Amino acid sequence: MPSATEPIISVKDLTKTYASGFHALKKVDLEIRRGEIFALLGPNGAGKTTLISIICGIVNPTRGTVRADGHDIVTDFRLARAKIGLVPQELSTDMFETVWSTVSFSRGLFGKPKNNAHVEKVLRELSLWEKKDSKILTLSGGMKRRVLIAKALSHEPQILFLDEPTAGVDVELRRDMWAMVRSLRATGVTIILTTHYIEEAEQMADRIGVINKGEIILVEEKAALMEKLGKKQLILKLQRPLEKIPEALAQFALELSKDGLQLVSTFHAEREQSKIASVLRALAELGIEFKDLQTRESSLEEIFVDLVRARA
Amino acid sequence: MNVHAIRAIYMFEMARTWRTVVQSILAPVISTSLYFVVFGSAIGSRMAEVDGVKYAAFIIPGLTMLSLLTESISNASFGIYMPRFSGTIYEVLSAPISFVEILLGYVGAAASKSVILGTIILLTARAFVPYEIAHPVWMVAFLVLTAVTFSLFGFIIGIWADGFEKLQLVPTLVVTPLTFLGGSFYSIRMLPPAWQKITLFNPVVYLISGFRWSFYDASDVSVGTSFAMTLVFLALCLAVIGWIFKTGYRFKA
Ligand SMILES: Nc1ncnc2c1ncn2[C@@H]1O[C@H](COP(=O)(O)OP(=O)(O)OP(=O)(O)O)[C@@H](O)[C@H]1O
Ligand SMILES: [Mg+2]
Repeated sequence: MPSATEPIISVKDLTKTYASGFHALKKVDLEIRRGEIFALLGPNGAGKTTLISIICGIVNPTRGTVRADGHDIVTDFRLARAKIGLVPQELSTDMFETVWSTVSFSRGLFGKPKNNAHVEKVLRELSLWEKKDSKILTLSGGMKRRVLIAKALSHEPQILFLDEPTAGVDVELRRDMWAMVRSLRATGVTIILTTHYIEEAEQMADRIGVINKGEIILVEEKAALMEKLGKKQLILKLQRPLEKIPEALAQFALELSKDGLQLVSTFHAEREQSKIASVLRALAELGIEFKDLQTRESSLEEIFVDLVRARA
Repeated sequence: MNVHAIRAIYMFEMARTWRTVVQSILAPVISTSLYFVVFGSAIGSRMAEVDGVKYAAFIIPGLTMLSLLTESISNASFGIYMPRFSGTIYEVLSAPISFVEILLGYVGAAASKSVILGTIILLTARAFVPYEIAHPVWMVAFLVLTAVTFSLFGFIIGIWADGFEKLQLVPTLVVTPLTFLGGSFYSIRMLPPAWQKITLFNPVVYLISGFRWSFYDASDVSVGTSFAMTLVFLALCLAVIGWIFKTGYRFKA
């Protein structure tokens, strides 16, 4: 019996070279802790889906090992896979099956005896109960994604992978999904999700891993990472040009554009949350008027550039 | 053995059959019945007996085989191609089941359908033409063995195909011609001597000959040879599937 402190997933020296010769994963080492929500963050083509697919048994590893709850995913695949539920990135569903039968099918496929009460519970929690007799074909995209989640939860997995669960999903469903993830975690399920969005990782995760070009660049507690990464910019378009930045604003480290019509302030999203208000207050006191105000967060790309540069 | 999983796949596939019963059962039964009517009753009455069997009765085993082969292939190839095409195969691959269990589910269902279909065709034929079955146990053995073997063959096609055309290619360009030329409508002894030799390279000849022997106790090639050839083809299909599962060919990247 694996102990509670042992990682629930442990990936060692994992390398994947596709038949095309493409190196999708390069010596990945990763440990997921029991009961945590782990966000895997990375740009398109970073290797997120490849990593998940190998852990779940959909893609063969080229080299390296993966253990899920102490079971090797190749030599001991039955025990390993029985613990895992996967919600794939693509909306791949049957079309002519009903919601009920496709979810029951998943449960059987994972070797669990029929349990209508459990399937009903899952469908109700995902607001799919009214649709249980509908053909999947007739459901909206958001509903289909819920069906995929229901399928993944049908066999009561200990580990749940969500591959970009909120891509193309409206605000309401996104909120539902986050609530669901939290309540699953409360019952002891370990959750690994991938995303392109820093905010999502920030909202959800306990820890965050960043992957780029097949390499894990870093794994950190969320708080520590946000501290490092989250940069915001405040951009102010002025009514009248400034000659230079007034003394009273020096403490904010602002940048003035050449034409004197734009002020930019860069600050830490986490540490300096009150900075926008302070800057605006100071401007008002000096009687500097502006006609437009924008804020932008550093994009994932900029963050990767920063990270890669920091490592070099 | 993950029995729940095998049952889940098997039932899923069978449910697909009942949902498409018109296309998967009714259509082949009707088209085969048309042969019975045209070649059996209408033209058959003017044909000479073959090996002491009325022509109408003579063609029944061959025509049943024709349906059995084409339907086994199309059921099994479609059954595994569809999840690959739609992407739902991810779930089967991520489930705690072995390749053998995947095979039992998909091929078991495809073969079951074919056996059901074969039985219905034989019963329907009885409505048009009186016939006897001399060796019922062998008849069932050939029926089941052929259904299983060609469902395995269909499974291979379903893995190999990367488009719907390829799915149709082998059945229409290879299997149907081989079946027509394999003695569905004639005894190969009716052919000129040279063709009698050539036709022995057609594996379907052995299937039809053996199956027909189980009905009328008369055959083109010996039953032992027929049975052995069927087993050889079965072994061949299993070997190819073994290789597919070992290498993950078009199945697992
Ligand atoms: N079957 C395959 N054969 C060859 N290359 C592949 C295959 N699957 C994925 N790749 C390549 O591997 C790389 C990683 O793909 P992967 O799907 O893991 O990225 P990802 O991080 O999930 O990206 P996204 O955010 O777009 O989903 C990509 O460059 C992709 O083109
Ligand atoms: Mg992906």
